[in-house]
Amino acid sequence: MAELVVKATRESFGEALCELAKTNKDIVVLDADLAAATKTSIFKKEYPDRFFDCGIAEGNMMGVAAGLASCGKIPFAASFAMFATGRAFEQIRNSIAYPKLNVKIAGSHAGISTGEDGATHQCLEDIAIMRAIPNMTVINPADHYEMLGAVKAALELDGPVYLRLGRLAVPSVNNNDDYKFELGKGVTLRDGDDVTIVATGLVVREAVLAADELKKEGINARVINIHTIKPIDEDILIKAAKETGKIITFEEHNVIGGLGDAVASVVSQKCPVLLKKCGVQDKFGYSGPAKELLEIFGFTAPGIVKEVKSFLA
Amino acid sequence: MNSNEKQELRIIACKARLYALEGIFNAKSGHPGGSLSAADIYTYLYYKEMKVTPENPNNPDRDRFVLSKGHCCPSLYAVLAMKGFFSLEELPKLRKVGAMLQGHPDMKSTPGIDMSSGSLGQGISAACGMALAGKIDNKDYRVYSVLGDGECEEGQVWEAFMFASHNNLDNLTVIIDCNGLQIDGTVEEVGGLEPLDKKLESFGFEVFKMDGHDFDDIEKAITAAKNVKGKPSAIIAKTIKGKGISYMENQVNWHGAAPNAEQYEIGRNELLAQLNELGGTL
Repeated sequence: MAELVVKATRESFGEALCELAKTNKDIVVLDADLAAATKTSIFKKEYPDRFFDCGIAEGNMMGVAAGLASCGKIPFAASFAMFATGRAFEQIRNSIAYPKLNVKIAGSHAGISTGEDGATHQCLEDIAIMRAIPNMTVINPADHYEMLGAVKAALELDGPVYLRLGRLAVPSVNNNDDYKFELGKGVTLRDGDDVTIVATGLVVREAVLAADELKKEGINARVINIHTIKPIDEDILIKAAKETGKIITFEEHNVIGGLGDAVASVVSQKCPVLLKKCGVQDKFGYSGPAKELLEIFGFTAPGIVKEVKSFLA
Repeated sequence: MNSNEKQELRIIACKARLYALEGIFNAKSGHPGGSLSAADIYTYLYYKEMKVTPENPNNPDRDRFVLSKGHCCPSLYAVLAMKGFFSLEELPKLRKVGAMLQGHPDMKSTPGIDMSSGSLGQGISAACGMALAGKIDNKDYRVYSVLGDGECEEGQVWEAFMFASHNNLDNLTVIIDCNGLQIDGTVEEVGGLEPLDKKLESFGFEVFKMDGHDFDDIEKAITAAKNVKGKPSAIIAKTIKGKGISYMENQVNWHGAAPNAEQYEIGRNELLAQLNELGGTL
């Protein structure tokens, strides 16, 4: 088994950039005065000549990234998910995605686990916003290993990519030695035929723990990790719908427009089954320690167990 | 430049206005006012200044142009077509279904267009990115971007201006087409841009002024801007919105309206008379 790593995916992102920049000279990194928080600071330290702080001006940063990409650079533009995808939505849409420029957008501090900063900084809409843009690939890695693979895959893809980064240090779930990140492929982490739990991001590990707990009570839950929300792995979802007949989704995001809707969109059209969307129920978050919030909002294993049981009842 | 060269540029600009008017008339939509005000600037840049050839429009060493006020593309398309980036036959198909020439510039569909633009305030940021890429790679290409004066009401424009001077982008020249009008009225009524020169200077730009319809003046300002070292340059171009068509000049209602058949004939005849006077033909 690979080492269990407890690390925030933003940290893994910063490390991946440094590693990839060793061999790829086209990588440049942009930030909007949040390098210390998005962890592009790790890259900045190693490659100061390829790092550009754009100041607190996210709209301009996305445009600058577009211009750099048009000249053959591969810019990674980072900010908090709130500002990257919210403030700069239209710059991403019109200057990056419409001309299909090779820009990678990193949105850190996504989800409720941003914690104490509260509702203004807890982005719960980024997946919905980015999913809705043509040409955009959307990736939400669950842990350190997945983030390393995701950054590499994003680099290898010629086109715009949105990477969702978390603030909170989380234990890794992909600890198998043969772990390989495949863009657009869902990963079955537990097999079962009573119900399918589809999760993304930091909820994935909790979903696995929940499935193990459910098993003790005689419920065989399949757990599918969807790291690539767009394009989504339709085959794995249709198969799960056929074989388990019930799907429950978990995401640290508003239930509108995120993973749940992406899964529902596939299943309702290709193999309709009963589906429940768990996440933040169209509400804003509030301040508090990340771990407490995750518990309150039902993103820990006990919360997932409860939801699954009530779904099956 | 000598008088022959100047005459040649005037002829090309006049033809660009004719093609732009025709395209907008055919499409029954478009933005004639700003297309006519900026036509001389595009003409100078592509025929006298920029290092870019239609044979190799994606040459990594070429000079680049970003039309930040993307709606004023009909006359730019005409200049690019006359220069040979694509066929003149594309021009009358402007804005039609399946056309190469979109309502706002699309770098994917149109050879010679260096950046998709149209949402105001965004092109200038991309121009900054291009200039920065040139600095990173030690290339000596230049980047030009034309903005509208009304466009300068967008906050992103000033984010970009700050970025340009902070990064010493002396390979960037910004040209602001100050035709004084925007959709809802004069720029002074709607947004209040002045004193633009002082604002640009305080944002770290070397500022020049020119008559945007006088090729001697355009040459003087662009040459001076090119010689600025260590900071970006900006040229405030005084222009006439609707330039060349009497009933459109300085009229706010010709920002984004197409002429009807009668108006088209009048406008076309006025431009043809100017072309004839210059000794040019279509």
